[in-house]
Amino acid sequence: MIEDFVLRALGGGIGAAIAAGPVGCFVVWRRMAYFGTALAHAVLLGVALGFLLEIEPIVAVFAICLLLAVCLLLLERQRVISVDALLGVLAHAVFAAGLVVVAFMERVRVDLIGYLFGDILSVGVVDLWLIFGTAAVVSAALAWQWSNLLAVALNQDLAAAEGVPVERIRFLFLFLLAAVIAVGMKIVGMLLVVALVIVPAAAARRMVATPEQMAAASTAIGIASVVAGLFASLLWDIPAGPAIVLMASGIFAASLLIPVRGQSRGEG
Amino acid sequence: MTDAPAQGPSEASPLVEARGVSLRFGRRTVLDTVDIAVRAGEIVTLVGLNGAGKSTLIRVILGIVEPDSGEVLRSPGLRVGYVPQQMQRDPVLPITVERFMTLGAPAPRGTLQRVLDEVGADPILGYPLAEISGGEMQRVLLARALLREPRLLVLDEPLAGVDVTSQNDLYRLIADIRDRRGCGVLLVSHDLHLVMAATDTVVCLNRHVCCTGRPQAVLRHPEFISLFGPHLSETLAVYQHAHDHRHDALGEPLSIGAGPSERPGPAGRHP
Repeated sequence: MIEDFVLRALGGGIGAAIAAGPVGCFVVWRRMAYFGTALAHAVLLGVALGFLLEIEPIVAVFAICLLLAVCLLLLERQRVISVDALLGVLAHAVFAAGLVVVAFMERVRVDLIGYLFGDILSVGVVDLWLIFGTAAVVSAALAWQWSNLLAVALNQDLAAAEGVPVERIRFLFLFLLAAVIAVGMKIVGMLLVVALVIVPAAAARRMVATPEQMAAASTAIGIASVVAGLFASLLWDIPAGPAIVLMASGIFAASLLIPVRGQSRGEG
Repeated sequence: MTDAPAQGPSEASPLVEARGVSLRFGRRTVLDTVDIAVRAGEIVTLVGLNGAGKSTLIRVILGIVEPDSGEVLRSPGLRVGYVPQQMQRDPVLPITVERFMTLGAPAPRGTLQRVLDEVGADPILGYPLAEISGGEMQRVLLARALLREPRLLVLDEPLAGVDVTSQNDLYRLIADIRDRRGCGVLLVSHDLHLVMAATDTVVCLNRHVCCTGRPQAVLRHPEFISLFGPHLSETLAVYQHAHDHRHDALGEPLSIGAGPSERPGPAGRHP
């Protein structure tokens, strides 16, 4: 008989994979992997503030990630410091702030490893609601603005000239990415959450020929990685978060053997 | 307001007009009180050296960048077709030419094929976007813009990465499109030889508008001459658009015997 905590872990992991799959495709398409990593650095500060304000860690992390994303969006407008350097500055500043705040908090300090590397086996009923709520909102938002998001991923100037509200779409995407990081953090932890977002998407690329197929394949690979990683974790008593990421990475490595579809045209 | 005639610039109110547009990046002035207008049926070409603010002005006119001062007036409900300067394509985004063309503007396959024919592109609807050549991509971008039935067509260096013979074809194509559809065309180019053949109005930009008018008038303008040099001005004044051989529709791998200089000589013939 499978125990309840395993079922909750499975549910939470699958929910996070559903949210992360399509969002991960946009992160890969828009080359935002480092941006995602920077956002994930805000997790610790979010968790700490969650405890201080007595709100759910997932909600607090989401709020802090979104705040950081908006700061980055606004700072991008100044044209002296490059986005790359900005990300490096802000990511480590919020991470350092998180470490300092956590040092004062007995409770979080005890769970620090859990937040850094994830603690899928501690997914509770409230977490499940939050994760599946997030997955539903993210999926609905993606379906609603799919072609605008795709247009912005292809070329922002072209999209803007054709009347796509580029700024609003970019903000919507940051909102979704922050939400995915907040729920993914619970599953694989702050240090690996970006892997949950981009590895399944990257692994999906060689299996597909359209953006929608890639989103679907990315989600499926994420789910498969969660299931396989969780059972590997139970079977061999290895940490679940890293096991999930290793499974996804294994699928990515295997996908490199697949020739890209439609690449029949040899020209320079 | 009556409909503009299909041929020749009309005196009707402009499709788009920038008035006193200024923009600074940091301490550097990129655009300095620029005025420019494009009317239906008119081909306006922006010329200027690198860094003259041509692409920035285009971005302001398209509404991508807000100017620091001045205003951009667009006629109500104006549909704009935009062909950007060499669009980056990343093979990590799997998308076909067909899907790219119809993104945000659904159209049946027959219409797509017809528009691709109009711009002289091969039937490449099913190809991955990242795998078509630079010249094909410029045609696909143009076809995509036309698909949206624009009243104003904006092309930023549409010929970058296209070889000279294909450039001639594309210029003729742009003039044809104007004649057939009666739309206004705003074009950026740094290749003056080719520009002069098919333009109604030249706007010479060097952060401010140096001079503007018919090509032949602009060529003799002192500011144009001081910017591009007297030799080029004279060369262009006698330049006749002659063309004694063709390559295939896309042209690229076929440019025969192109010497170190790919530009047509003063007589307008390829080397």
